[in-house]
Amino acid sequence: MTYNINDKGYYGEFGGAYIPEMLYPNVEELRQNYLKIMAEPSFKEEFDQLLKDYVGRPSPLYLAKRLSEKYNTKIYLKREDLNHTGAHKINNTIGQILMAQRLGKKRIIAETGAGQHGVATATVCALMGLECIVYMGEIDIARQAPNVARMKMLGATVVPALSGSRTLKDATNEAIRDWINNPVNTHYIIGSVVGPHPYPDMVARFQAVVSEEMQWQLQEKEGKTTPDYVIACVGGGSNAAGAFYHYLENTDVKLIAVEAAGKGVNSGESAATSALGKEGVIHGSKTLLMQTGDGQITEPYSISAGLDYPGIGPMHAHLYKTGRAEFISITDDQAMNAGLELSKLEGIIPAIESSHALAVFEQKKFKPEDVVVLSLSGRGDKDLQNYIDYFNL
Amino acid sequence: MNRINQKLKENKKLLSIYFSAGYPNLNDTVSIIENLEKNGTDMIEIGLPFSDPLADGPTIQASSTQALKNGMTTDVLFNQLKDIRKTVSIPLIIMGYFNPMLQYGVEAFCEKCQEIGIDGLIIPDLPVDVYNDQYKATFEKYGLINVFLITPQTSVERINFIDSISNGFIYMVSSASVTGSNSGFGEEQTAYFKRIADMKLKNPQIVGFGISDNKTFLQATEYAKGAIIGSAFIKHLSKNGTDNIDSFVDTILK
Ligand SMILES: Cc1ncc(COP(=O)(O)O)c(C=O)c1O
Repeated sequence: MTYNINDKGYYGEFGGAYIPEMLYPNVEELRQNYLKIMAEPSFKEEFDQLLKDYVGRPSPLYLAKRLSEKYNTKIYLKREDLNHTGAHKINNTIGQILMAQRLGKKRIIAETGAGQHGVATATVCALMGLECIVYMGEIDIARQAPNVARMKMLGATVVPALSGSRTLKDATNEAIRDWINNPVNTHYIIGSVVGPHPYPDMVARFQAVVSEEMQWQLQEKEGKTTPDYVIACVGGGSNAAGAFYHYLENTDVKLIAVEAAGKGVNSGESAATSALGKEGVIHGSKTLLMQTGDGQITEPYSISAGLDYPGIGPMHAHLYKTGRAEFISITDDQAMNAGLELSKLEGIIPAIESSHALAVFEQKKFKPEDVVVLSLSGRGDKDLQNYIDYFNL
Repeated sequence: MNRINQKLKENKKLLSIYFSAGYPNLNDTVSIIENLEKNGTDMIEIGLPFSDPLADGPTIQASSTQALKNGMTTDVLFNQLKDIRKTVSIPLIIMGYFNPMLQYGVEAFCEKCQEIGIDGLIIPDLPVDVYNDQYKATFEKYGLINVFLITPQTSVERINFIDSISNGFIYMVSSASVTGSNSGFGEEQTAYFKRIADMKLKNPQIVGFGISDNKTFLQATEYAKGAIIGSAFIKHLSKNGTDNIDSFVDTILK
């Protein structure tokens, strides 16, 4: 059993490239080149240097003492929230913009939910002087206003997605349509480990820096490279893929993937894909997705725009199906309270996405001697209005 | 012989029309098909609506969404079509995205198509290699022709491969775009139509995307065997309902 991708682009039975022929040349060009380009010394050098000097890596591995005391276990936070632009998303966009340059692309498109990936994309486009168009659901534009303003300041054009549920799924549809309409000069920077092969693998490799650092940071702090648990939230699954990556094949390390239950898994307003989804095809990938019995994709719900997606990446579908990762779903209320708790206990205001991961400590007991690493995927600045409204601050 | 192959043998340029089943009203499907045949359409693509039609522009997205709201499902469509071969003899193709077929069960779907008298399928997001490895035998078992797309970006090598595994016609996407753009055809498209015609493929080509009137129909069929109209017909339906289908077909064929 392997938890990595095979040479046909599948994780077990999940993955592949279920794309219209119009996209075939673009996706094929990427598939044939991505590993070669990533292996070039000059690519590695530029990627590493930008992660260090521009993003601010390595991100600290912080022992959260008061949180650990409260839950009577040893909790480390992997501080992706301290990255430039405030989330793990920039690890991927730095990698992909360098990829796009090497493929000779002049125009960049992206989808975004919370706006974190949109901001991270607009940022690297500004950095490299490339045109940037970001598709964003109309509803998300309303609930993530500060990030919309950031993208505009960075010179990106933000195009509202007006179809369907007007959230992340529909923004992704619009980005794919744009790519169909602009097949030659455009690179599509997908924001998570979703989409047709090779995207899930490429994005996972760019995010893998997270667990690569965790290994030596744990060595320094704990005298061993492995924790007992890694916890991460899953929208599409990129921060989880990055945090899990170097531990995938080491089953001594237990993996916990946290999904958004919204108002409750069975409330009809949820984004808990593993609990509610079935195998199918979404955005070019065979994976688990929320759908009707008739195969129509359903509209998810979560208070967190970044988790409000009806699918999960094929790697995670495989981790779920094989039982390699434990999947836990967390409601809006549980997440919001966990976010407030971290703020009060540790002086860190987390993104609501990351708050979902933090809420696991109320749901699951860990042993005092367990070393638990939690991917703190982003900071809460973008969510301030949501926290204000929720807690009447 | 499959009705598609028979039709392709006719010594004329073929007009094929696409519409979203269940649009404008849930139960318009059969009357639209009958009307199209009566008025000279050679082949029909019955769109099975999908919530997330990636390759479609705003017009077909909107008709799909409306059809779903009207209550269209795979079962409803099969039910509407169950007696279609009592009244209609031209080739009928179901065009839809892969996920609804996957949920129905690909084999069950194909079996049902054969039972009804469907001649072929167009599934834009079922990749050629997956079809070839996993589903080809099933399609053939139920006598269904699977139609593949090529675009101006498709390499010569890949066109030859697609030609080799096709057994009906090749769906030639006119330009790099989703459905429903109608800026007309320029030199670039004409050159592409000619380039493909010069390849002398074993399968005839039918051009789709961007054909909206007599002019674009004639341009597309100068080199190709036929042309497919989708968005322009949906626009007609949204304005006129199922009335005046005859005049729509007349304006295309003149
Ligand atoms: C801070 C943060 N965490 C997590 C996510 C979810 O994405 P993924 O599952 O790809 O990590 C997002 C998405 O926008 C995000 O902004």
